[in-house]
Amino acid sequence: MIEGIALWLAKLGPRFHRAFIEGNRWRLYLKGLGATVEMTALALCMGIALGVVVAVIRTAHDQQRPGRHNLLLGLLNVVCKIYTTILRGTPMMVQLLIWAFVIFKTSRNMIAVGIIGLGINSGAYVAEIVRGGLMSVDVGQSEAGRSLGLNYFDTMRFIVIPQAFKNILPSLGNEFITLFKDTSLVQAIGGAELAYYASTIGGNTFDCMPPYIGIAVMYLAIVIGLTWLQGKLERRLRQSDRR
Amino acid sequence: MIDVKNLSKSFGDHLVLDNISEHIHPGEKVVVIGPSGSGKSTFLRCLNLLETPSAGTITFENTVITDPKTDINAMRRQMGMVFQHFNLFANMTIRKNITLAPVRTKLMSQGEADETATALLRRVGLEDKADAYPAQLSGGQKQRIAIVRALAMKPKVMLFDEPTSALDPEMVGEVLDVMKELANEGMTMVVVTHEMGFAREVGSRVLFMDGGHILEQNSPAEFFAAPKEARTIEFLSKVL
Repeated sequence: MIEGIALWLAKLGPRFHRAFIEGNRWRLYLKGLGATVEMTALALCMGIALGVVVAVIRTAHDQQRPGRHNLLLGLLNVVCKIYTTILRGTPMMVQLLIWAFVIFKTSRNMIAVGIIGLGINSGAYVAEIVRGGLMSVDVGQSEAGRSLGLNYFDTMRFIVIPQAFKNILPSLGNEFITLFKDTSLVQAIGGAELAYYASTIGGNTFDCMPPYIGIAVMYLAIVIGLTWLQGKLERRLRQSDRR
Repeated sequence: MIDVKNLSKSFGDHLVLDNISEHIHPGEKVVVIGPSGSGKSTFLRCLNLLETPSAGTITFENTVITDPKTDINAMRRQMGMVFQHFNLFANMTIRKNITLAPVRTKLMSQGEADETATALLRRVGLEDKADAYPAQLSGGQKQRIAIVRALAMKPKVMLFDEPTSALDPEMVGEVLDVMKELANEGMTMVVVTHEMGFAREVGSRVLFMDGGHILEQNSPAEFFAAPKEARTIEFLSKVL
């Protein structure tokens, strides 16, 4: 028994050496990590842009003065509702498969398809987070803005959205972390990101443990870093609460 | 200056204002008193359309503000409002609170607005708080700043919605002093309040509201000395 463990431990070094150093394989992980980070960043921007637009449309629609309903806003609201329902109601994996093999079936750039799939999916979640944030700001704040003669969008832009942003930062951070980890699903449609290279290397060396444990550590390290950054940003935004 | 005709407001089935007609003249200091739930705050909030009336018209200096085609933002710029809970913008310094609206509505340049803010803050003795955030101030300080924030827009009328009701008793005086000063300068004011002393001293007319109606109105001296309606007498006997 003890002998077995000792033998296993003794082989660990060479196994990891084969998975990471031999044939300069570490370069592949770096390449994959680059693609993963790129996908996360671009999908995040897309998700936030989409999410804010959808949230503002839905909140603006709900906050219209009674008897003054705008037809265009009503239509946009329905579109936004359908969007969030479908994107939040189907699995991320299935959505990626549909993007890759139904909608963009002729495309060869699966990283780009992954960015679109992840970004549009993330937008639906961000929209609900942002909408909750906009509603969490005391209605007195926007009443004060409007009573001074500011229009609806200035009131949102300068008064409500900054305060909402501070309130939703923890949930937004979580969404960001989920998005970062979900990039690994793009492997299934052939996007060459971190998990893709790990499974390729695992197949070539007939040894899956080192590459998969290795990338798990990489994902974890980055998530810990992001969580730390998020905490720092939160503390900075709380500046106005200091007494 | 403000003409209210047949104003009604209901929330669902609940009728809060029942066919009110009233006129507010330039320079008047109208004090609205009454029990809670009488509709006095709703009446005030209808004047700048923070509440949308269910029926009736409100005219401000010949503009029918209840007309959907009226630019309500342009109207609100001329009507300052002070809230019970101050509603200072929590994410901005005091200076930014005061200058945001004048600058964004193109009433002033940033430089002019900054000068105005400094002058207004000096007037209420809070010029050292320009770079503080609202959370760092006491209730009385917040309310004095909320008043000058509204004044920065150079409004023609000021609406006060129970401005001292959320304050510690010892801070009520400093806010009322600012309001008295404003009244002495000739500002047209509509004040919903429970401060009977203020009504008597500053008001040029007292409206007593109950159940969505203006039951009785008079000059403060007459109103407090010789109330006519039974409901008014009952109310005054409880609060005085």
